[in-house]
Amino acid sequence: MKRMTKKNRANFLTYGGVILAYLLIRVYDGTVGLSSMIQGLLVPICAYVTMALALNLVVGVSGELSLGHAGFMSVGAFSGTAAAIALQNAIPLAPLRLAVAMAIGAAFAALAGFLIGIPVLRLNGDYLAIVTLAFGEIIKSVFNNLYVGLDAKGFHFSFLNDTVSSRLGAGGKLLIGGPMGISGIKIISSFTAGIILVLLTLVIIFNLVNSRAGRAIMAARDNRIAAESVGVNVTKYKMMAFVTSAALAGAAGGLYTMSLSTVVANKFDFNTSILILVFVVLGGMGNMWGSILSASFLTLLPELLRKFNLDQYRMLVYAIVLIIVMVVTNSPFLQQLVENVTGRFKKEAPAEAEEGGEGNG
Amino acid sequence: MKKFLALLLALTMVLALAACANNGGNSTPSEAPSAAPLETPSEAPAENPAEGATAAFKLGGTGPLTGGAAIYGLAAQHGAEIAVEEINAQGGVQFELNYQDDTHDAEKAVTAYNTLKDWGMQISLGSVTSKPCEATAAKNFEDRIFALTPSASSTAVTEGKDNVFQMCFMDPNQGSASAQYIFDQKLGEKIAVIWKNDDVYSKGIRDTFVEKSGELGLEIVSETTFADGNDTDFNVQLTDAKNAGADLVFLPMYYTPASLILSQANAMGYAPKWFGVDGMDGILTLEGFDTSLAEGVMLLTPFNADATDEKTQSFVTKYQDKFGEVPNQFAADAYDCVYAYAQALEAAGATPDMSAEELNDLMIAQFTSMTFDGLTGESMTWDTNGAVTKAPKGMVIQDGAYVGM
Repeated sequence: MKRMTKKNRANFLTYGGVILAYLLIRVYDGTVGLSSMIQGLLVPICAYVTMALALNLVVGVSGELSLGHAGFMSVGAFSGTAAAIALQNAIPLAPLRLAVAMAIGAAFAALAGFLIGIPVLRLNGDYLAIVTLAFGEIIKSVFNNLYVGLDAKGFHFSFLNDTVSSRLGAGGKLLIGGPMGISGIKIISSFTAGIILVLLTLVIIFNLVNSRAGRAIMAARDNRIAAESVGVNVTKYKMMAFVTSAALAGAAGGLYTMSLSTVVANKFDFNTSILILVFVVLGGMGNMWGSILSASFLTLLPELLRKFNLDQYRMLVYAIVLIIVMVVTNSPFLQQLVENVTGRFKKEAPAEAEEGGEGNG
Repeated sequence: MKKFLALLLALTMVLALAACANNGGNSTPSEAPSAAPLETPSEAPAENPAEGATAAFKLGGTGPLTGGAAIYGLAAQHGAEIAVEEINAQGGVQFELNYQDDTHDAEKAVTAYNTLKDWGMQISLGSVTSKPCEATAAKNFEDRIFALTPSASSTAVTEGKDNVFQMCFMDPNQGSASAQYIFDQKLGEKIAVIWKNDDVYSKGIRDTFVEKSGELGLEIVSETTFADGNDTDFNVQLTDAKNAGADLVFLPMYYTPASLILSQANAMGYAPKWFGVDGMDGILTLEGFDTSLAEGVMLLTPFNADATDEKTQSFVTKYQDKFGEVPNQFAADAYDCVYAYAQALEAAGATPDMSAEELNDLMIAQFTSMTFDGLTGESMTWDTNGAVTKAPKGMVIQDGAYVGM
C-alpha cells in the first residue's frame, strides 16, 4: 500500500461516502420510513449529482467553461426515453431496459459532444463557453420541433410540422411530440440505479484523472503552451474529457426523465445549465466530493424549506443561503478560524484528525 | 472583519424572513393559521377545534405560485381559498386547503405533490398548468388519490387515468369549438393563425383548429409561429397575415404575446378581426396595456367576470376585496372545483375520516354521474375519461370590458 497516495485515499473515501449514504438511506427507509417528498427527490438528486460530476470534469479538470451542459442532458433524456418506450416490449425487464436506454442516451450525447468539440476545442479561451451556450439553445429548439413516431414499419421522423401522426400505422405511437415533449413515460428509474450511475461516474472520472491521459488534460489546463511544447496533443485530450462528460450527462438525462412521467425540451434550458454550474462552483472546481455534496444539498434545500413554512420565501432564502456559502468559503477570517480549530485537533490527535477531515467529504 | 459583519447581517435576514414566514406566510390562511400543515397527518385533525366536531377534508393542489406562470397558479389558489372559506362558513362539508408551489416544472410538481401526500392529502386539485399536471396526474393514478384539475387542459393529463378529471375544456375541444364558432357566425373568410410552437397549450388548440377548419371549409391563408425567446416582435407574422389578405386572425396563446401582437398590428395599420381563446382572458388587466387596442377582440371563454348573475357578482366582489384584482378564468375554475367537490362529497355521504382510496372510488362514481352548476358553466357533466362537457361562451371586448356575444 505504499503507492496509495493521499489522492487515492480521498477517492476511496468518496466511493465509501456514497455507498454509506446509500446504505443509511436504505436502512432509514426500512426502519423509520422516509417521507414521500424525500423519496421522490432521491432519483433527481442522483441525476443532478451525476450532472455536476460530469460538468466538473470539463470545468474543473480540463479547465473549459461549458454553459450548455443541460443540452447534453436533453439529448440523453430524449433519445434514452424514446428508446425505453420503443423497447418496452423487446426488453420486459425494467432495470435492464433502463440501463440500455441510459447507454443509448449516453451514446447520443457523446456523439453530440464530439461534433461540437471538433471545431471548438481547437480554440483557446472562452469560445467553448459561448458555443456550448448556443448549443444548449439549439438543442432546445431542435427538440421543440422534432416529431418521432414508431409503428410496425419502424421509425418516422418529421421536423417543424407534425406529419408523423398521420403517417403512423395501426398500433403506432408518437414518441416525441415537438413542444409536447414525451408523455406517458413509464417510471423505471430507481434510487439504486441512480447510485450505481453516480458510482460509475466516479470510477470513470477518477480513473481518467489518474491516468496518463488525465495528467495530459490537466497539463493542458494549467499551461497549454507548455503542454504543447512537450508534445501533448491538447485538442485530443480536451476532447476526451469533453466527450466523456457529455456521455455522462446524457446518461443522467435519461435517468432523470424516466423518473418523471413527462418531459419537455424547455426543461433543459439555460437556467438548468447554470444551476449545474452553480453546483460545481459551490462544491469547488475539480473537487468531486464537493460536487456531490453541493448538488444534493442545493437540490434538497428549496424543498426542505417548504417544511418550515417558508413557502413564499423559499427561493429568496435559497439565494441568500447560496450567497452566504460562497462568502463563507472565501472569507479569510473564517478560513483562519477553521484552520485554528482543526489545527488544535491535529496537535492532539494528528492521525485521526487527518482522517476525519477527509472523511467529511 | 467586514466580511464577518456582512455574514452576520445576511444570517439575520434569513432568520427575520423565517420569522415573518411563520407569522404571515402560511398558505392556508382560512383555517388554523399556525397549524403547520406539514406536520404528521395524525396530529392535524386535532388542530382544527374551531370547526366544531366535524373534521375537514384535506384538499391539496400544486401550481406555479412563483416564476413566469405565477399569475395562473396564484389565481387558482385565490379562487380555491374563497370557495373553501364560503363552504366552511356554511357548515356541512369542511375543507382544509394546501397549495404548494411547483414553479411550472414537472420535477417540482412531483415534489410538491409528495409534500402534500406527506401532509395527508385526501383529495387533490391536481396542478394548475398542463405539463406539471401530467406528472402529478400519473402520481394521482398510482396512489389512488382523486384529482380534479382546475385548468390543466392537455389530453395527456387525463388519458388512461380513471381518477383524474378536468374542470376546464381540453385544448382540442377549444380549437374545434373556435373553428365551429367562427364558421357558424360567419366571422371571417380568410383566416390567419399565429401560434407558439413550443407551447403545449398553443399547439393543442392550433392542431384541432386547423383540422376542424379544413372540415368546415374555412380557408387558412397564413400560418406563422413564434417561440420562447422570440416572442416580442411579431412584425414578420403580421406582415405575412396582412399580405395574405387575412380578415380574421386566430390567436391561440396566452395574453402577454397577444397584447404585443395587438399593439404591433395597430402600429402597422393592420386591423383584422381578432379571435382568441381562454388564455386571452386577463388582457384587460395587463399593466401598461392600452385596452383600446383590444377593442373588438373576440374570445371563447367559459368565464366572464362582467356577467350579471348573482353567483359571479358575489365571487368577483369577494375576490376584488381580498386580492385587489379582477379574477380570471383560472380563479373561477378553481372556485368551481372546490364547489364541485363539496357537492360530490355531500352527495356521496363521505366523511373526513375516510382514506384517500375510499374517497377516490366515491368521487369517481359521483363525478361520472352528477351534474354541476358553477361559475364557468351550467349543468356540467363529466365523461368516464374525466373530460368536462359545458358550453363555451363567446365574448367580445367593448369599451374595455367583456360583453357576451
